[in-house]
Amino acid sequence: MKNEFQVIADLIEKDKKVLDVGCADGTLMKFLKDNKNINIRGLEISKEKVQECIAKGLTVIEGNAEKDLKQFPDKSFDYVVLSQTLQAFLNPELVLDELLRVGKKAIVTVPNFGYWKVRFHLLFKGTMPITKTLPDEWYNTPNLHMCTIKDFFHFVKSKDIKIFKSLALNNLNKSIINESNLGVKNLFADLGIFLIEK
Amino acid sequence: MNTEKNIKTLIVKKPLKLDCGKTIKDFPIAYETYGSLNSKKDNAILVFHALTGDQFVTGINPVTKKEGWWSYAVGPDKAIDTNKYFVICSNVIGGCMGSYGPSDKDPDQKVFGTNFPVITINDMVNAQYNLLDHFGIDKLFSITGGSMGGMQVLQFISNFPDKSKTVIPIATTSSHSAQNIAFNELGRQAITADSNWKDGNYTSNDTNPGKGLAVARMAAHITYLSKKGLQEKFGRKLQEREDLKFGFDADFQIESYLRYQGSVFVDRFDANSYLYITRAMDYFDLAKQFNGNLSEAFISTKAKFFIISFTSDWLYPTQENKDIVIALNSIGADVGFVEIESDKGHDSFLLDVPDFLSALKNFLDKSYEENKL
Repeated sequence: MKNEFQVIADLIEKDKKVLDVGCADGTLMKFLKDNKNINIRGLEISKEKVQECIAKGLTVIEGNAEKDLKQFPDKSFDYVVLSQTLQAFLNPELVLDELLRVGKKAIVTVPNFGYWKVRFHLLFKGTMPITKTLPDEWYNTPNLHMCTIKDFFHFVKSKDIKIFKSLALNNLNKSIINESNLGVKNLFADLGIFLIEK
Repeated sequence: MNTEKNIKTLIVKKPLKLDCGKTIKDFPIAYETYGSLNSKKDNAILVFHALTGDQFVTGINPVTKKEGWWSYAVGPDKAIDTNKYFVICSNVIGGCMGSYGPSDKDPDQKVFGTNFPVITINDMVNAQYNLLDHFGIDKLFSITGGSMGGMQVLQFISNFPDKSKTVIPIATTSSHSAQNIAFNELGRQAITADSNWKDGNYTSNDTNPGKGLAVARMAAHITYLSKKGLQEKFGRKLQEREDLKFGFDADFQIESYLRYQGSVFVDRFDANSYLYITRAMDYFDLAKQFNGNLSEAFISTKAKFFIISFTSDWLYPTQENKDIVIALNSIGADVGFVEIESDKGHDSFLLDVPDFLSALKNFLDKSYEENKL
């Protein structure tokens, strides 16, 4: 399983109710269900991925987070997870507001556009960066609103969203992000993981 | 049991008060079963049929000698695997395959016709509930059905919230729309406009309103298909002729196909039953039973729901199925939903649509495994 998923799983206690937004083939859901006895639902836009989730015995709703999160009542889940998808929405701010409305807490992970490899790629090659977390070409990427760890950190603060935990991930290395090391983490982490609440 | 026609019948002794106010008792429910009930009696699936279906879900229907209506989905190793599950299906009351209906006789030995009480989806499921007692089943593993079958699924779990572990409504609605009612009314008008209908008393003189019923079936059949599906299958192809004949015979294959669908339907279905069952569908509005709040219909069930719709179904479109999902999510119920890509229209649930059948199978089998743990 992806290292990211392990970190997300570590943030969630046992026996909780979780919604995985953009749950893809259900790998994270399956892990949480099997290992933490978590009551988990997924929301997924792709019909193929929905079928894969059903084949794993997972409860999944085919739908679009930008339209379909509104059907869930306020604070109806202990955690809402959004893994590396925020940048792909037309309106990430609206989605973030919805995650925090539906979930008592939200776990959001963002691919870091400030990662040094990304910066080097653009600086020296002069073409749009392609990395492990950003594998697509500019013309076929689903990502509409790329941001850096620093951008997301400031954005969340500006919206009066409480950050419980912010973690920087670089391959297998996990470290804590705070105001004072933000610049460094923004350079050396390729993924940011945020546990937030409003 | 009516051995002549291979119809198994349960006579319900207990009086059933119908929504129209009348009470019926000692009435027959015709049913069929597939597979076997295990010793724990936890592998039973109650299947509800649609408007023109019957209890003969799969295999050869002993009355019509044709394949059962859900043969693609139900049988050994199929989506609803009869090696594993005990499948029960019964003919709805108001129907014409052995359950109490308008072609039965009243206490004075006169055929009911339109004197049969108007029945509702609620009456249908309340009548079928007696099958659980009959088989000594405390809790079903699943209830499922498409179209009107899906309406019965929703009504059943609302009436009996702890009587099924899983609930699978397919290509259905919680409330019959104006368009749905309009198409049903068209069918009823076709039947009642046939001079052989005779206010529903046709059986006494052995002449059926076959023409009216065939037109009703033709109109309804169009609503079960998609424009794309029809175009691909028939287009403007001509029926066994080189060119147009400048007359009103069936020049086009689609005309011939509809005429055929109408004519075979008349052989197996009763016109008065068609009136009664379409009326029951039109009256179906589950939210209305709960002061307009659909969620309330499901508030006391812990069952696991799985709702399925089809992209090209314009009779019970995805949005109407999603409305049920929304109502369930708003009370935190356990609900999954998938919309299956298919150009076969509303009929998709009856046909060989692999994505649908695999989703149905996976949901059932995984839920059953989980259940056992």
